[in-house]
Amino acid sequence: MGKSVLFSRLTGVRTTASNYPGTTISYTRGFLKVGEEKVEVIDVPGTYTLEPTCEAEEIALRMLKNGDIVINVVNATTLERSLYLTLQLLEQGIPMVIALNLWDDSKHRGIHIDVDKLRELLGVPVIPTVAVTGEGIKELVEAIPKASLPGNTIRSRDERWATVGSIIDQVQRIDHRHHTWLERLQDASVKPLTGGVIAVGVLISAFFVIRFIGESLIAYLLEPLFNTLWAPVVLWISNLMGGSGILHDIVVGKVVGGEVNFIESFGLLSSGLYVPFAMVLPYIVSFYLILGLLEDVGYLPRLAVLMDTIMHRLGLHGYAIIPTLLGLGCNVPAVLATRILESKRERFIASTLVSIAVPCAALQAMIFGLVGERGGQYVLIVYSTLFMAWVILGIVLHHAVKGFTPELLIEIPPYRMPPWEVVLQKLWMRINGFLAEAVPIMLGAIVVINLLYTLRVFDAIARFTAPVVTGLLGLPKEAVTSLIIGFLRKDVALGMLAPLGLSANQLVVGSVVLAMFFPCIATFVVLLKELGVLNLLKSAGIMVSAALITGGILNLIL
Amino acid sequence: MPSRDLVTLTRMQPGQTGRVVDIQGGFGLVNRLSVLGIMPGKRITKISSMIARGPVTIDVDRSQVAIGYGMANRILVQLD
Repeated sequence: MGKSVLFSRLTGVRTTASNYPGTTISYTRGFLKVGEEKVEVIDVPGTYTLEPTCEAEEIALRMLKNGDIVINVVNATTLERSLYLTLQLLEQGIPMVIALNLWDDSKHRGIHIDVDKLRELLGVPVIPTVAVTGEGIKELVEAIPKASLPGNTIRSRDERWATVGSIIDQVQRIDHRHHTWLERLQDASVKPLTGGVIAVGVLISAFFVIRFIGESLIAYLLEPLFNTLWAPVVLWISNLMGGSGILHDIVVGKVVGGEVNFIESFGLLSSGLYVPFAMVLPYIVSFYLILGLLEDVGYLPRLAVLMDTIMHRLGLHGYAIIPTLLGLGCNVPAVLATRILESKRERFIASTLVSIAVPCAALQAMIFGLVGERGGQYVLIVYSTLFMAWVILGIVLHHAVKGFTPELLIEIPPYRMPPWEVVLQKLWMRINGFLAEAVPIMLGAIVVINLLYTLRVFDAIARFTAPVVTGLLGLPKEAVTSLIIGFLRKDVALGMLAPLGLSANQLVVGSVVLAMFFPCIATFVVLLKELGVLNLLKSAGIMVSAALITGGILNLIL
Repeated sequence: MPSRDLVTLTRMQPGQTGRVVDIQGGFGLVNRLSVLGIMPGKRITKISSMIARGPVTIDVDRSQVAIGYGMANRILVQLD
């Protein structure tokens, strides 16, 4: 609805915003200059009332108590339902300014709002704004010192709705308009037949576009760059460092026959740069470009409606498809996004399913790179196994975890064509997040791998775990190193399987087990924060057993 | 009013329009629906319902709202 976009406009602090309710699941602080004074602005999750229905809304209400002034962002296209919260907020006794956002949209829809009259009736400043273009932002800032509180009458719910009704009668006039093609497309997207066709079309094209962009970036840009420009530099440094030794191996990696194998050498300058930048980054870019488009166009809530019946079988409702899709990028924001779900039970099931069966973009990039090399059918086996694990585990958890599944109730935003700069800015934020948070851990993982090899820690562990790794999973006993490093970064960990000379089937088992086995450290930390110790332990127990069972079965049938 | 025109949202046909007359639920449900514009007196148009007791999507105040089957079953509508 535009609160986060407005916040970014006011403070210059970038936040993730999308075209569906529930994108903001925590608060962000920023500063704004009003006249000579610097004031703090806090962006909070959206809510319809002051009676919270989920964790995200609770956060919004907690933050409300810290504010001196409320900037109430009201959706001009659905003024009536927005005013209920406005009245509730005024009853709290906090001075208010109203940003009447999506102002352009309301005009296009034939909704006429008498702003002066609204200002007079509510007794607070009302400023029409269009957050995505910046229209009205200057006026909004100027209005902040004029924030006012027109006496706080406490009303009952029915009295509030009566007041809202009388305000609407006085300020809003609507022209009847015919359906536009975009509105027809909106309707078609939520009908069983046409909606199903559209969903399949959207998801399949998303998949192929993501692959096409990712692969092209690798084949035509990054691989040539590394092979022709970077490889000689690495070899030169290798010679400079004497060609071997612990330090050499950490910095450059193993050099075999005067050549650097960027995937298998495991040095900071070889694999440490090649894996994040030439294998993972291209897919991060393409995945988040497409996800961002789907988010901003407003498609995801419609997918939630279509998926609702299926998701109910897994103990979730349709809106849980949003954390699940986010998980295909990175499991960390996915676990955080479960805050839009109503119950603890749903959050537990959704987080566990995401951590087990939804591989992040970094791991997927490596699956495409390493498993895909052996043939597309093997990639297909990995994905179908994970999908089946997702479904089966969901059904099991649905029956095993006490409680019931709340029902879907969501406002579906209209389709909008997002401005390109908005899409690209969000993409940049996410790429930046990957570079700042993932790359250091990947480099750290490489150092840890080298040290553990040198200290022969891996050998000791490998002997100890051989019955499981070799007996149950059919992998060479050294593969346990990959599972251990999977706790740091799963992409690097999958890379560790490359030098082991695995058969294609073994690589499939390794990828699946690695994906399911245990969350990476970043996901582990958010799971701990969001679920608590006890539920995290339960969740982790489920992960380990599910991974071993699935790996064992795959080993038997492949 | 003839009772045959009074149906639950789930039994309404896609494309039909009507007026909400009652929400048969507790305070919480009434509250959650009303902030999405669904309350007695409101004109709504049903857009679709998913198969196998899936959610119902309606148009209310020129915006779309999706409602789970169980909730939709408790919304009574007077057809036009």
